[in-house]
Amino acid sequence: MTGAWSTKEKIGLACVALALIALPFVLAMAGTAWVRITNFAVLFILLSLGLNIVVGFAGLLDLGYVAFFAVGAYVYALLASPHFGLHLPFWLILPIGAAVAGLAGAVLGAPTLRLRGDYLAIVTLGFGEIVRIFMNNLSAPVNITNGPKGINLIDPFRIGDFSFSANSGALSGPIKYYYFLLLVLLAVIVINRRLQDSRIGRAWVAIREDEIAAKAAGINTRNIKLLAFAMGASFGGIAGGMFAAIQGFVSPESFILNESIMILAMVVLGGMGNIWGVIAGAVLLSFMPELLRYTVEPAQKALFGRMLVDPEVLRMLIFGLALVLTMRFRPAGLWPETRHRRELDADRK
Amino acid sequence: MDILLQQIINGLTTGSVYAVVALGYTMVYGVIQLINFAHGEVVMIGAMVAFAVIAALAGSALPPAVILLAGVLAAVPACMLLGYGLERIAYRPLRHAPRLAPLITAIGMSIILQHLALLIWGRNPIAFPQLIDNPSFAIGGAAISGVQITIILLSMVMMAGLSWFVYRTRFGIAIRATAENVHIAGLMGVNADRVIAATFVIGAALGAMAGVMVGTYYGIAHYTMGFILGLKAFSAAVLGGIGNIPGAMVGGLLLGLVEALGTGYIGEYTDLCRWPGAADGGWMGERCADGAHFVLFGSNYQDVFAFLMLILVLVLRPSGLLGERVSERA
Repeated sequence: MTGAWSTKEKIGLACVALALIALPFVLAMAGTAWVRITNFAVLFILLSLGLNIVVGFAGLLDLGYVAFFAVGAYVYALLASPHFGLHLPFWLILPIGAAVAGLAGAVLGAPTLRLRGDYLAIVTLGFGEIVRIFMNNLSAPVNITNGPKGINLIDPFRIGDFSFSANSGALSGPIKYYYFLLLVLLAVIVINRRLQDSRIGRAWVAIREDEIAAKAAGINTRNIKLLAFAMGASFGGIAGGMFAAIQGFVSPESFILNESIMILAMVVLGGMGNIWGVIAGAVLLSFMPELLRYTVEPAQKALFGRMLVDPEVLRMLIFGLALVLTMRFRPAGLWPETRHRRELDADRK
Repeated sequence: MDILLQQIINGLTTGSVYAVVALGYTMVYGVIQLINFAHGEVVMIGAMVAFAVIAALAGSALPPAVILLAGVLAAVPACMLLGYGLERIAYRPLRHAPRLAPLITAIGMSIILQHLALLIWGRNPIAFPQLIDNPSFAIGGAAISGVQITIILLSMVMMAGLSWFVYRTRFGIAIRATAENVHIAGLMGVNADRVIAATFVIGAALGAMAGVMVGTYYGIAHYTMGFILGLKAFSAAVLGGIGNIPGAMVGGLLLGLVEALGTGYIGEYTDLCRWPGAADGGWMGERCADGAHFVLFGSNYQDVFAFLMLILVLVLRPSGLLGERVSERA
């Protein structure tokens, strides 16, 4: 991002920007559903970028990332819904959600700092489950989360009289959200790029490559690791808040382990540590279920006359297979980060 | 009824299942320092295969014992094959890859196995057919069922058998040597590939038995049952000190007991109305009128105990109860 841009790059960038701006209108012609699908894809890009900080940059395998997504979503749902009768504006809640999620990330990170990668994975997984169990059960004796029923009628984003959910002229609700998400995504990408090249970013990489050497080089590994957890988690929290607003409804069912694994699959498949690779992985895997729905169902009906394999099951099978095959043949992902590739090529012993 | 004794009996039952599953994790970890994340799914496949066979034979004229045996005899080899396949196809090619790689592969395999089971057996749980009566015996104010006795005894026998195998046979020496140091064991003439494959196969066989036992205990087998069971068994293995075989047994039993006692008493102890000074004119007086309860955490938090315990152990004593302190890889 540093240095002057060449004319060629400027033109290319302008084309990409124009395409992204025009995209929702093109998609809307095929149906508003596609815009909504795109919005969720952008949410997943945000989530994978957040997880990428923890897994890709700092090399800490986090299997409970969806917990922070959940924290952000529930913070938004509780502060902007009839459940508690609170209706705070979104620009206030999103930072709160990010802060609470970041704090949760640090709280989880603190006891696990001394652990090696594989232990860490299991503890984070357990943490994700604990958060889900609490969301499911904190409806008694005091009703906080409304249990498995979830929280309904969550406020959409609103600036004055301008609501993001209603249609205004040619701009349908999902399209407005799309532009908002795009802005957030842009900001997150810039932050990520800056982070990666910063002192902190290089410290993360150093820890990932060799923690003992990093410590010897004077890096405060404890704080830097905590920072990775907290930053990754706060991105998840922001994504969660937007998820709650767009969806208008949250329940513990949206935050199961499979979601964590899906986000991890996006990061791993795209290329841990490489922002563009992660984005590509997220786009690929979030549109896949839709593509499967439009190809697998008719194909099966034509071939066998009935549905043999549910697209949802097929999707999970493909995720699993993608993880296994990526590790087997391209352990650094489809679009690997140069530094990371060097590490993964090296022998373990 | 004596709640304490009853919870201890229940805890010993689930604890012995955890212990048997934990052995699968700990043996593999001891030899190649890999958390075989898919082990829980192997247990699930064992239960599903056995239950499918048992359900298919349930209507026949065969004696119940034969039907049960047929289920077990189908499940154990199936899981052994699965364990071998996992090692051969998924993990062996990654043996010299960085740590994260085989772990991610393991997660991938566990998703694949779970959804294959979903494809084969469907979303609905398979119920254990009513083959034999499950007699209940009273001891000291508590009840212990025939199934519980069988599970506890069978687990003890399996654990004793495994201990004998690992500590008293030639192949056991090879396993322990490989766990100590793969390279030097290789120089001493130990075939490391065979040893590693064997730990997977033995772990899977134990897992299959555990799957059948836990399925029989709860009366159902379901494609999602492996996940939480595997996680708890892993917690048990860590509690005892991962890589340590007696540790897995102790950890499993202890985790079962903690979970059962915790679930049994948490509701009582987090009931604010029973706290001294809270009710009867205290700060909770109004809510607690007429013997009402104000339970903060009920028994529905059962699954939290294992994770909390896991986190506590890792914070306070990362090497586990019986584990030795291993230095971080440099």
